[in-house]
Amino acid sequence: MSRSRGNRAWTVRGIARALLPVLLALTALELVGGLALGSFEATLLRYPTLLVLVPVTIGTAGNLGSVLAARLSTAFHLGTLQFAATDDQLAGNALAVVGLAVTVFPAVGLGGWLVTAVTGTPRLRVETVVGVALASGVALGAIAVLVTVVATYTAYRLGLDPDEFVVPVVTNVCDVLGVVVLFVVVQLLVG
Amino acid sequence: MSVWNVAVSAYRSVLPTVGVSAVGGLIAGSILAGMEAELAAVPGLLVVVPAFLAIRGSVYGSLGSRLSTALHQGLIQPTLGDDTGGRVRAAVAAALLVGTTASLFAATLTVVVLSVLGRAVAPLSVLGPVAVLAALLAGSVLSTVVVLVVFVGFQRGVDPDDLVGPAVTTAGDLFGLLSLIVAVRAVLWLTGSLS
Repeated sequence: MSRSRGNRAWTVRGIARALLPVLLALTALELVGGLALGSFEATLLRYPTLLVLVPVTIGTAGNLGSVLAARLSTAFHLGTLQFAATDDQLAGNALAVVGLAVTVFPAVGLGGWLVTAVTGTPRLRVETVVGVALASGVALGAIAVLVTVVATYTAYRLGLDPDEFVVPVVTNVCDVLGVVVLFVVVQLLVG
Repeated sequence: MSVWNVAVSAYRSVLPTVGVSAVGGLIAGSILAGMEAELAAVPGLLVVVPAFLAIRGSVYGSLGSRLSTALHQGLIQPTLGDDTGGRVRAAVAAALLVGTTASLFAATLTVVVLSVLGRAVAPLSVLGPVAVLAALLAGSVLSTVVVLVVFVGFQRGVDPDDLVGPAVTTAGDLFGLLSLIVAVRAVLWLTGSLS
């Protein structure tokens, strides 16, 4: 029984069936981020430095969320996690994520500006780019914490395995919100 | 442990991974910034980019963790010559199939949504082939990267679980965007010469 199940799990059809439904749903979700990106395409093409920041903003937001999700899931499995603001694991990991966002994003902004400076003439001042990256980082750090805690708590209430549910949901939601935050920050700081 | 101790230890252990993937992301960003011509030539391409990259990450990340779990269980061997029961081949074929299907789905949905919103978008006869070709190109490279990283990691005694995630995100963004450039140029060249 378990042997035949194991074999079926290794057919192209079996694997595709297990992966495709969730992937199509997440793809539709990612398109929301794509639409946000498309809505300020003109600004992005005018200032290529901002285009350089797009994948790294999306990626870092998703990364921070998935790291926090993985850590909370482990603490949850070990029984060392309580859903209270006073919980050391929760507060400490959340603080680390915000700290990472605040330190990594300005470096990313500077890096993005340098890339454009090397390959051409940047049309934005370095302070503006670092400011855009820092503001996006602060907002995304807070969002990553909020989304992860809500998703982990939902998994816990619904009795789902946090590893299977929380990490993909958090990664994709943070991806989408990464673009949305970048859009809002660019509107405010670059115009 | 106090809150501060938890925070400092978490910060230290995560910083290298996040830092490396940020550098990878900056390289991917430079490629994206160099795609101005392609983005202008195919309206709607930028809208597909996040979905396209996320599909790569999730399909080939899942291929990596599937292979690494199977290695730990002894279901497959870490050599290319001995693919017992064709399991590695089946897993790679499924990843290519699923990744291509989802990419075509993303392209179709983009054309539909942008048309409904009344925004400029390339026809599905352009965006569809671009998505499929790019998915196959990126998929071939990423399958090779994932299989090699998992097998070599396993042989060297490194837990593949720790390698696959960062390797796939970084390689996925780079090869995903490069494949999109190649696919756009190929499709535009073909349709240009045919029409």
